[in-house]
Parts: sequence; C-alpha cells; structure tokens
Amino acid sequence: MRVPLSWLREYVDLPEGLTGRELAERLIPAGFEVETVHESGAGLTGPLVVGQVLEIEELTGFKKPIRYCQVQVGPEPADVRGIVCGARNFAVGDKIVAALPGAVLPGDFKIAARSTYDHVSDGMICSARELGLGEDHSGIIVLPTDVQVGADAIELLGIRDAVLDIAVTTDRGYCLSMRGMAREAAIVYGRTLRDPALLDVPAPTQGGYPVVLADPLGCDRFVARAVRGIDPLATSPLWLQRRIQLAGMRPISLIVDITNYVMLEIGQPLHAYDLGRLTGTITVRRAEAGEKLTTLDDAERALDPDDLLITDESGPIGLAGVMGGASTEVHAGTVDVLIEAAHFDPGSISRTARRHKLQSEASRRFERSVDPNAAAAAAQRAVDLLVLLGYGTAAPEVTVASTRPHAAAPIVIDAGLPGRVAGLAYPRETVVRRLQEVGCTVEGADRLSVTPPSWRPDLTDPNDLAEEVIRLEGYDRIPMRLPVAPRGRGLTLRQRLHRRVGHALADAGYVEVLNYPFVGDAEFDAMGVPADDARRDALALVNPISDEQPYLRTTLLPGLFATLRRNVGRGMTDVALFETGLVYQPRPGASAPPRLSVAHRPSDEELAVLEAALPDQPRHVAAVLTGARENAGWWGAGREATWADAVEAARTVAAACNAELTVDQAQYEPWHPGRCAVLSLDERIVGYAGELHPKVLEALGLPPRTCAMELNLDVLVPASEVPVTAELVSGFPLASVDVALVVSQEVPAADVESALVAGAGPLLEAIRLFDVYEGERIEQGTKSLAFALRLRAQDRTLKADEVAAVREAAVASATRHTGAVLRG
Amino acid sequence: MSAPNKSFDPVEVEALKPEAVERALDEALAALAAAADLGALHEAEIAHAKDRSPLALANREIGALPPAAKAEAGKRVGQARAAVARAVAERRTVLEAERDARVLVEESVDVTLPWDRAPRGGRHPLTTLAERVGEVFSALGWEVTEGPEVEAEWMNFDALNISRDHPARSPQDTFFVRTPGVDPNDPTHTERDSLILRTQTSPVQIRTMLKRQPPLHMVCIGRTFRTDALDATHTPVFNQIEGLVVDEGIGMADLKGTLDHFVKAMFGAGLATRLRPNYFPFTEPSAELDLQCFVCHGASVGDPDHPCRTCSSEGWIELGGCGVVNPRVLVSAGIDPERYSGFAFGIGLERTLMFRHGIADMHDIVEGDIRFTLPFGVEI
Ligand SMILES: [Zn+2]
Repeated sequence: MRVPLSWLREYVDLPEGLTGRELAERLIPAGFEVETVHESGAGLTGPLVVGQVLEIEELTGFKKPIRYCQVQVGPEPADVRGIVCGARNFAVGDKIVAALPGAVLPGDFKIAARSTYDHVSDGMICSARELGLGEDHSGIIVLPTDVQVGADAIELLGIRDAVLDIAVTTDRGYCLSMRGMAREAAIVYGRTLRDPALLDVPAPTQGGYPVVLADPLGCDRFVARAVRGIDPLATSPLWLQRRIQLAGMRPISLIVDITNYVMLEIGQPLHAYDLGRLTGTITVRRAEAGEKLTTLDDAERALDPDDLLITDESGPIGLAGVMGGASTEVHAGTVDVLIEAAHFDPGSISRTARRHKLQSEASRRFERSVDPNAAAAAAQRAVDLLVLLGYGTAAPEVTVASTRPHAAAPIVIDAGLPGRVAGLAYPRETVVRRLQEVGCTVEGADRLSVTPPSWRPDLTDPNDLAEEVIRLEGYDRIPMRLPVAPRGRGLTLRQRLHRRVGHALADAGYVEVLNYPFVGDAEFDAMGVPADDARRDALALVNPISDEQPYLRTTLLPGLFATLRRNVGRGMTDVALFETGLVYQPRPGASAPPRLSVAHRPSDEELAVLEAALPDQPRHVAAVLTGARENAGWWGAGREATWADAVEAARTVAAACNAELTVDQAQYEPWHPGRCAVLSLDERIVGYAGELHPKVLEALGLPPRTCAMELNLDVLVPASEVPVTAELVSGFPLASVDVALVVSQEVPAADVESALVAGAGPLLEAIRLFDVYEGERIEQGTKSLAFALRLRAQDRTLKADEVAAVREAAVASATRHTGAVLRG
Repeated sequence: MSAPNKSFDPVEVEALKPEAVERALDEALAALAAAADLGALHEAEIAHAKDRSPLALANREIGALPPAAKAEAGKRVGQARAAVARAVAERRTVLEAERDARVLVEESVDVTLPWDRAPRGGRHPLTTLAERVGEVFSALGWEVTEGPEVEAEWMNFDALNISRDHPARSPQDTFFVRTPGVDPNDPTHTERDSLILRTQTSPVQIRTMLKRQPPLHMVCIGRTFRTDALDATHTPVFNQIEGLVVDEGIGMADLKGTLDHFVKAMFGAGLATRLRPNYFPFTEPSAELDLQCFVCHGASVGDPDHPCRTCSSEGWIELGGCGVVNPRVLVSAGIDPERYSGFAFGIGLERTLMFRHGIADMHDIVEGDIRFTLPFGVEI
C-alpha cells in the first residue's frame, strides 16, 4: 500500500513539518513494514508558477513546428514572458505550468533564459514527466480554468510529497486503504481520526436494480447504485489523478478513476457497469461447468465450478471480486453507470485469483477481507464523486442485497491476558484504551467483553486482542528473560554419530557438499540403473524446479556426480567429495495422508495412518573421488585414487560408528562389475563401494577411474550402541609366524583370511595380509597371499611346537575352505 | 669368573700387577684420545671401559686374592677404571660438541618445503554452523530434534493454523509430491491431503508436542523447501533453525531473552536486536526478528555518502520470524492452552551464515565448489 503523506493528512492532524521518514519510524514498531519512503518532488525547486498563454506565434522553418508564446506569469501586467515551446496541445487562454529561470527540475535540470530557435526563451512550459509527475510526455500540462495566474504550482499540483510504501501483512486487510492507515497513524500520534467511511448513507429502497445472492456464503452483501447522465467528456481533476498516481495506479477515465479512488480511500473495491449494457437481474452464483467469460483484459477464461460469478440474464459478466467482464465494461461513451460495492468470501476470491493467475487490486483486498459495513458508504462516496465531477444524477433507489447481518461476536478476555502474553504487566485502563483505539467496543471490569469492529475480521481469539495491546504499547518495552529448561541430555547418540562420520571423512581428505535432492531419468540412465531397480521407484514432484529432474533422490550419487563434474570442469583434478542426507523411498501401497482435524489432537490411530503415508527417509552417506589420493611431490611419486580408497571410505564411516563391515565381491550399477564391493553388517547390506563402470563415467562426463561409495547410515547407528567388551591384555611374549598361500585367482582374500582365523583358534591375536603376488613364479590363474599371524597366550609363553600346531591348523582350515596350498 | 683358589699365589695373578694395570690404563687413554667421532668413541669405550675391557676383567680377579691383598689391588684397579670413565666422559663431551657444531649443520634441511601429500578435506560451513547452533541450545538444556523432509500437509500447514486457502499452500510456493488421488491445484475437490516437501521446520514442533506434554524446550535445524529459483539470495532448498518452548507462564519476554542469547552466541555481544510486529498464522502475537547491522551499526541510515551493502542502509537485518505460539496450534497438538503457553522462532541458517561470514552469493553455498568449502575447515 502506497500512502501519500498529504492524503493521510486529510484524515489525521499529523504534526506540522512531519517528514515521511519520521512517520515511517513510528509506523514500523506498530507493525507496518515501510519498505521505502519516496520523497516525491525532492529534486525540484521553484519558481514554478501558473501561467496563462496570451499569444502564440507559430515558428516555421525548423525540423518540427515550434511555438513562441507570450505567457502571463504574475498578477502585474508586466509579468509577461516569452517562452519557446515544442508542444501543441494548448491554445491561447489555456493555463499552464511555467518553470521560470532559477528553477531546478528533477534530474538537476536548471532553467535559465536562453536563446533557441532564434528567440530568447525566458522559462519553460512543463509536461507532467518533466515535473516528475508521471510518464506523460505527450504534451504540456493544461490546468483547469479556475486556477490563479501566478500561483505556486508546486503547492497547487502537490508535487512535494512523501509516499510510504508499506508491506501490509495478510491479516490486516483494512490497511490496504487510506482509511485503515489513517487510523493507525492517528493511534500512533494520539490524534482523532476523521473516518472517510462515516457518510450519510440513504436507507435501502425498493425498486433499485434487481440483485439476487444465490450463493450466500460466497457473497453475503451487494450494494448497487445507479448514476445517470454522466458527461462523457468530463475528466478526472488533477488532484484525483495525482493521488491515484502517488498510490501507484494509473489514471484511466473519470468513472474508472473514481472507483479506484474510493477503493484506495475506503478499501472497498468497486465495480462500475455500463448500465445500458446490463441485461436484467444481476445474480451472484458459482460458475456452471463449461461456462466462459471474457474479462476486461480481453482474455477468454474457462470457468471452474468453484469460481464465484456476477451474472445477468445474458450470462457471466464478471469474476466476482477479481475482474469485471468485457461485455458490460464502461467506455468512452458511457453516460449511465451502475456501481457495485459487494462483500465476498476471502477464500473463494483467493482460489479464483490463483486459478486464473489474476491478481488484481480488488482481489488483493477481498482476499485479505474487506469491511462489509463500509460497502454502502463506499458506494455513496462514488455516487457523490460521479455527481460532483461527472455532472451525473444519482438515482434515488438504493439496492442492498444482504443475506446476514455482520455482527462480530464478543471475545471475553481477562484484562491481565496481554500482560501475561508479553511478560510485562499493563494497567487495565491501558488495555481498554488500546482496544478502543483499534475500534473495539469494550465492556466489563476484569473480564473484558470485547467486540471487534467490522473491519477487523482477523480479531477472533484472545491472543489477537493481546497482540493489539502489546504492539501499540511497543515490543521494545518487553523485558528479556531466559527461560530455564530442565536438565538436558545433550545430543542423541545418532546426532553425535552423524557428526563423527562427517569429521572422520573430512579428516580422511573428503570435502563435504550439500546437493539438491532432485534427480531425473537421464541420471539413472547414465548410471545404468535397470528399469526395474528399486532406485527408479522414486517420489515425483508435481511442480519440480526443472522438468529434467522431477524425482526425489533415492541415492545420493547423482548429486555428487554433478558436483564432482562441476569441480573438475572448473580445473580441479584431484577431488574427493562426500555428502550425508536423506533419500526418499516410497512405501509400497501407501495411500495419501488423511485430512485430520485441527479442533483437537488427532488420535494415535489417525496419526499412525498419517505416518504410514510418508515415505521411508533414511540418512545416507556417499563419497566420490577422482585424481590423486596422494600427491606427487619432492618426497616422491603420488598415488591415484582406486577402488580400495572407496572401500576404505566406507570402512572409515563404519569405524566412526564402532561397526565393522563385511566386504564381498558384488555387481551393482553404477560400479565396475569387477571392482565393486558390497558392504554388509550382520548379513544386512549397508551399501556399495568401488570403481565406477567406464561406460557410466563416459556417460556422466567424469574422469576415468573415478570411484564412489554409498552407505545407509541408519543401519550403522544401532551398531554403535553395542558396548565394546574389553580384551584381556596378555603380558606373555609374542610369537610371529608368516604363511604364504597360493589360491585360485577368483578366491577373495577375505575368505582366505577368515578361514585362517577360524583355524588358528584362540591363540591368534592378530592377522594381517601383507603381500599379494601374481606372476611367473606361481602357476597361472593363481595368486599368492602372504599373511602375518601374531600368536600369544593369556597364561604362558608359547612353545615352538604349540606355535607350529596353530600354524598348521590355520593352513589346514584355509586349504579346506578355499583350496589354498602352502607356497613352497 | 674364576673360582676362589686358596692355594693360588696372588703375586702370580698377572693382570693385577701394578705394571699391567698401568699399561691397561695407558692403552685405554690412548684409544679414547684417538677416537675421531662418537662411533669410534663407542667402540673404544666397549674395548676399554665396559665389561669385556682388560680393567674390568682384572677387577673380577680381585675376589680370588687373599683378604690382605684385596684392598690394595682393589684400590689400584678402581682408580684406573675411574680414570678411564672420566676420560670417556671428557672425550664424549668434546666429540658431541664437535658433532653439534658441524654434523647437525650439515644435516640441515629446508623445512619450508611443502607437505601436501595427503589432500585435506573439510566440512560444509552450513553443517558446521548447524552443529554450532545445536550446541548453543543444547547447552541451555534444550533438545535437538529432527523430522522428515517429505511431510503430510496436516503437519506442515493445518496443525500450524495455516488454512487451506492460504497462498503459501499452493504449488506456486510449495513443492507437492505426486500423491494418488490428490490434485494440489484444486484443494477443494479432494478428500485426502498431499505429500509435500516441508516448507518450514515447524512440523517438527508439532511432532514434538504430539509426543510429549510440556515442559518442552527444543530446537530443530534442518532442510526446508520452497519453489524459489536459485539466485544471489534465494535457494529452493534451504535450512531453518526452529526453536520452541512450551511451559507454564511463557511469554514474549522469554522469546526476547532467548533470541538475544542466540544472537550473542552467533554474532558476539554488543549488537542490538529488535522485534517488529508481523503476522504468521502459527504465532500470535508474531514478530520479525531484526539484528542491528554488524557492519555499519546503523550509521548508514540516511547517509547516502556512506551506503552499507550488508543492510542496504537500513541499519537492521531481518533474521527470521517468531512469536507466541498460537493457542490453536497447542490445541491441534493436544496441549492445554489454558495451562501452557509457548514461543517459537524460525531463523534462516543460510542468512545467518552469509551475514556471519560475509558470503555475498548464495550460489557459493549451493554449488559445492571445493574452493569455497575448504577454507572453512572442520569447525566454524
Ligand atoms: Zn549496515
């Protein structure tokens, strides 16, 4: 809402010399976000006066026709100046605005006497744009005939003004009007309000234009007034145009300007119909299937059965509260009009405006509620202006169709409530006075019975009234108090674990990223994910940011791949990234969530149904890496990242959770079929790691040999809850033995190791694979695995024959399980 | 060691003869003096001063002497061994000094050589900031809570007193998940609700209240989603810090005190905060939380010659919304509004990060460029 200070002063006696910024400073704490204060005319200084054109000499021989005018600019006969002018929209006798030498126009345009077109121009005749009054540059301003020659035009045109642009919150519809903002300004400055809606309104009569309210909830009040015989040549006076302009709208024609002016002033949107174009009874009803309406903007709109319509016997003539129809629009030749001032259901208007993507000044106000009791006054104000400025005649009949009286129910509150809500005691008188100032009727002593005014449908609950008192008394007066919480338990295990995982990966050289959770088919295709893979069973968005990525992620990898590609594209060759975040897995057969009540807590059963409608949302952790895992440098060669680093990243995560993963060979997209590990915990698959498939890397535009891992972090959380049982540390000497075993190439090292462990028994303290050999010295198709075994007893020093026996048993077990042969 | 031999003549024990002891001493001193470095000294020490040296061996023979001869022989050998030990120590001091002066100098390296063999990692500043915020409230005894990101409309809207017609509930602002039998463009015509991506962390408030009766003190820091396009100050996927306290006698004063505590923890002391009346369906009264601009401290207001980019010369920065929990919300969540009251706040984590660390463009936070993230390290 744009509020010109000069207009506001019409309803409140604000302090002399008050600036727009000062007013803003007072309105902000009362809850009005002043976005800008525009000082209109700030760059303009006089002399700027009313002049009258006495003579016009047409100059020819130039590129365009030019006029040299004699202009009377003051009361004395000598006050005549010769001024050169390029505009042609005026005649001898017209009154105009003359900027005299010494004046400065907006844009630091200094006016001085100067020679031009072979004449001395002793000033300038001004257009609206030159004065910063609008965009109109089609001609100079021609003033009404009754203005005084020599008068100060800055004053006359209201050039100097401050306009506050206020972001009105959605609950305060009444402040989308001068009436509402004037009330707030009056409260803030402790002055009296001259309410523009307090008008003498004639009582409803019979015989007015017939109106039927067929949808009493959609429209419960409709005031119709006719004005006939309007002079089609009458135009809006300057002051009216100026105010509409300062309020951010465009002057159009007298009739339209008047309806807009009254809307800005009182907050009631009006519609003017060309009376001659109406056909019979006006009915307000919902649309019927298949109905169409061409609106004022010449768009034909297919109507929805939920749209509220104004119709006459010809069919729809307007989208109620949103936009009028073209067929009954007022036009240049309109002489008889019917003014509509109605009250519509805010929800209905908002749905229609959204459905048709039609946000109008009217719908904006109806959506936020309009004072139903101001409709008659607003109609009267429009009628008065049409009579005054358009020379029309008001019809004596007054149509008021109404389905119910608008009487707000009183709200009973304890006088101490505002103080309790704030944490600061207010005297009872303060509470009562503040509530009265906003327009409430207040009765009672300690229990107050408060009836809100008709323009405040937002005041429905005790806390709404508390807020009015608290905001007007000032939020800044509320003291500060830190509430005391019961002893807390700190972070949960799960939260601490998430932190540990993040730290562990960062310490291992990975950089954390946070990707958008949106994915598309192209990414699954590039990853080689089969059509029937569970990862393709993703939730889809109705309104995705990009049609290429309509799904919610079921894996973190696509986001990491994109971010890796971006980093590589920006010249980084060695990149290791990780992300932790939710993935979304629809539950098979889940139905839509139920609509639950808000009047009470839903039952546990109802809540369970709601929960069952949600997808599973486990937290995953994933990493990708490419380039050097160790840099080359003065110390020697570097090392490229391999599948083993990806598996190690998974182990790092597991270690942070006190869990140990079982590693097995696997084939799973998007990994390299021979370099993919499946990681599990107690037989449950936790995730995968390894090198990515070369085809996938090519499709994704990622460097060769890029590696990745992804784990379900939620599976690891319970593992960390199992307390570790302490080992008894033996003080007896260590016995070390090495074994080299030859196995077939496809036997996993992990199998050989677990067979050795099983065979070695309780004397085995630790085992470590320290070498793998494949080559000429052993049979083709085999590999040699060298393990170091550390043996120790709890209660004695091991003897040589005991050590030999353990070694033998371990090897025998490996032979039995994996066909391993002791290397000679 | 030889066994005692009573019939043995002590004069016949060659090694204990004064000349022999003296010879051994001379040889020892000569060898020590000839040792050119600490290695040679170590060898000379083994040869002449340790267990296998002639003097040590001679010392062992003393036990074989008759008592009368023991004292003299013992004194002779003992003095010789002490002299050798002294000479070892003296020679070591000399050689060590020499080594320190020459050898260590020769061994010196350029310690400014870079060592970036293992590339460093780092955490995203949004995560570390979220953890820090969690710690601020955890230290007050508050619970740090979490909730699902794909939510039911009831949790995100209805329970928070956001009516069905509220503009924020349309696909223009909210991401709707395709849900069988539900058309989000036409909320009036369906029986069931849609799944959505939560537009705020406030459903976690509701979930907390549904689970337990007051006193409740919770903070939730999590991802939220709105259909804004990514630009310098907006992102469709962002994070909120949500706080909720419900207890007996809670009012706006508690809210002000808590926010002041939070702002001091995040931005340091000395910055004013202000609450400005605003409107949110889930709080009543509601307020906007403004933080005094920490760059210009308000000096840029009305001073066009010294504009402030951080606060657009307004002197204040909007951090988020807050207010007294609307009693209707308490009712939906099964809490008696006659007995309990509460406050809630929601603050943008990205905004907090941008202000705290002077980040000018949201793209940097979102894009995952390691050059942005690495300088933040693992803690902020
Ligand atoms: Zn600033």
